[in-house]
Amino acid sequence: MTLSTLWFILIGLLFAIFLFLEGFDFGVGMATRFLAKDDLERTAIMSTIGPHWDGNETWLVTAGGAMFASLPMWYASLFSGYYILFLLVLVGLILRGVSFEFHKHAETRTGKNLWMWAFFAGSIIPPFFLCMILLSMVQGIPMDAAGNAFPKFFDVVNLLSIVGGVAGVLLSLVHGLNFIRLRIEGPLRDRARKLNQILYPILFLGEVVFAVLVFLQTDFFTKRFFSSLIITLLIVLFSLLGYYGVLKNREGWSFAGSGLALSMVIVLLFNGLFPRVMIATNPAHSILIKDAANSPYTLTIMTIVACILVPIVAIYFIWSYSLFTKRINPRENTVKY
Amino acid sequence: MLGVGLSIVSLARFQFAMTTVFHFFFVPFSIGMGFLVAIMETIYAVKKDKVYLDMAKFWGKIFLLSFAVGIVTGIIQEFQFGMNWSEYSRFMGDVFGAPLAIEALLAFFIESVFIGIWMFTWDRFKPGVHAFMIWMTSIGTMLSAIWILAANSFMQHPTGFKINNTTGRIQLTDFGAVVANPQLWKVFPHVILAAFMTAAVVIAGMSAWGLLRKKKDENHFFKTSLRFGLWASLIFAIASAGAGDLQTQQIIKDQPMKFAATEGIYEDTKDPAPWTVVELIDAKDHKASGKIEVPGVLSILAYHKLSGSVKGMNTINKELHAKYDNKFGKDMNYYVPPKTLFWSFRVMTGIDALVMLVALVGLIFSRKKKDTIENHKWMLVVLGLSIWLPFIGNSAGWFITEFGRYPWIVYGLFTIAQAVSPTSTVASLLFSNIIYFLLFTLLGGVMVWYCRQTLHHGPYFEEADSKQNVDPFAKEAFGQ
Repeated sequence: MTLSTLWFILIGLLFAIFLFLEGFDFGVGMATRFLAKDDLERTAIMSTIGPHWDGNETWLVTAGGAMFASLPMWYASLFSGYYILFLLVLVGLILRGVSFEFHKHAETRTGKNLWMWAFFAGSIIPPFFLCMILLSMVQGIPMDAAGNAFPKFFDVVNLLSIVGGVAGVLLSLVHGLNFIRLRIEGPLRDRARKLNQILYPILFLGEVVFAVLVFLQTDFFTKRFFSSLIITLLIVLFSLLGYYGVLKNREGWSFAGSGLALSMVIVLLFNGLFPRVMIATNPAHSILIKDAANSPYTLTIMTIVACILVPIVAIYFIWSYSLFTKRINPRENTVKY
Repeated sequence: MLGVGLSIVSLARFQFAMTTVFHFFFVPFSIGMGFLVAIMETIYAVKKDKVYLDMAKFWGKIFLLSFAVGIVTGIIQEFQFGMNWSEYSRFMGDVFGAPLAIEALLAFFIESVFIGIWMFTWDRFKPGVHAFMIWMTSIGTMLSAIWILAANSFMQHPTGFKINNTTGRIQLTDFGAVVANPQLWKVFPHVILAAFMTAAVVIAGMSAWGLLRKKKDENHFFKTSLRFGLWASLIFAIASAGAGDLQTQQIIKDQPMKFAATEGIYEDTKDPAPWTVVELIDAKDHKASGKIEVPGVLSILAYHKLSGSVKGMNTINKELHAKYDNKFGKDMNYYVPPKTLFWSFRVMTGIDALVMLVALVGLIFSRKKKDTIENHKWMLVVLGLSIWLPFIGNSAGWFITEFGRYPWIVYGLFTIAQAVSPTSTVASLLFSNIIYFLLFTLLGGVMVWYCRQTLHHGPYFEEADSKQNVDPFAKEAFGQ
């Protein structure tokens, strides 16, 4: 395996970890409207991710940085090609990022409401448009010989990209509810489970539609039939695991299942892309990993750096989660956060 | 920057300037705040003087507000290289990506994880252990500055690379040389010390407003904060000026045009070189008039000795044409925007000197033996208004650094015009400029408003409040 392929896999891994972690952050943000019934519950829900959301989002920043550092031609084409969509993702992330602090400081009901809505909007916009970008990209878009992407409106907005965006939002919501079941006690915990009992059947329907559209609209199943099939089945299987956890009230299983299902979506896309990073409608203009990559010297340095730093990050990251394990009860304590 | 038409390059440049300047209001402020709050908490952990705990908590709130806005405006930057400057990303990917990725892995994770722990564990750890969390956050912010400045220093003064013959792009040959770039180790101390000064001035200024409220129970708190802020302002204003002087020596060597422009010199000076205090610049005809000069001072600034002339922009322009014409063509304009640089330099250094003066006077009025600062309302108002000075000074400093690199994005290798995304359209850039402008107005306004409100409530507001309410992550909630 070449270093550039290794970095393609590493970028995929970083995105997968990002979706696993920030996925439930997004879901928690959505739950402020879909699950909570009053401000007290909304604030309690928000506070479940208070210490974690920033660290979780750093995985996206790292994935972006790693893309720039190892496969810059991909980074350049993707980010410039989907300019408006990335702008919308950024607007969502900005609103969401400030909402925690600003909500804490707001003193009027209107102010609190405003930032709680910003938190909700900032939790639903990024997963929708990120998934939309990824699923538009894998269908193949117009590109020039220099590697610039010029997706037309219907290359970006089409059935698969919209279904993909909705599926990303739905999976995040389900994942977020599973996280809430782990972190909150009282009626909210039960309601989150009940809501997931309704959402999971819808999710399964969505996953089937998604799989059919991926089969029809991309070359994943013609290029790599077996691996694509297996990964698609894994997405469903992990979702079933999550559903099992909902039915049997096993919260840990639910959380692991929905998180892994989200990660598997990235695995499916990266598996289908390989050995390309951008798929052009004219195959001659597609960008291959080897053409997108940096020099072996740079990649060697990056590999050494990653081998040293990623394990250290993982250790204190997990430790930071172990500090906040006590369940939050929105009714017993007036949540100040 | 003003008077540009709606071309793709100028819109992309405007957006980059707007987003980085706004981001850079909060970056030095957060770096400095994190550091000073860490010192406050450490003093508390060592001396067990409760006022320092109150200070760490109160100024910690301001730090968190600034940090939040700093983070969200920082994400824009990482995406922006790919979105608006894709040709730059392709050209520079082999060099630029590595510091950026290391910044994320080494710095962003430390600061984001430890700030999350620090926020919610006031009652769970011993003071020394809790102070460790803010120190980690603070170290994270400083590491982040090193790596992004490493990338920027390469753009000012490329080292450790070659141009790949087949692709025409930069290829890294010596990573050690990128990290050891002399520009980096001259600019980093200057930036970091200016960051400490920024936070110190804000602490002193907000404390002055606090003292004006004349609340008896808050007097000791704001007085201690004021003295702390004033001492830090004075020390770091002097230190950042010293570091800036060292940086100047480097700039004369690497980017003579930038230096000549900050001093408004068109023709070579006499020997020893006089320093121009003010002058009228005619950027069109490349000449200056109405100079007020101090003899010999520029030689001291430039070479630390009483002799030596300084090259003017006209000479440097000719030299640059001779050096680069066969690669970039005869039509290049190598003059950097002289008015922007000349006045930015005077604003930056003037503000630094003003901060020293104000801090010194404030310290004299509030000295232990004869503490009369409350009687001098005007002094408190001056201190309160000084809050804004370092932010203007920081922006002026970045103007010099970034405009002074014109017309290159990577000095001597790649021009700004070459770097912009070929996919950009005027419509999409106009759209993003408007969106960012509206967002920043909102964020900046709200952030200042909440800082003001926090000050209005004073340091003992939350404690009275928390008698009825329990924080979800407080000790009670965890049952420890």
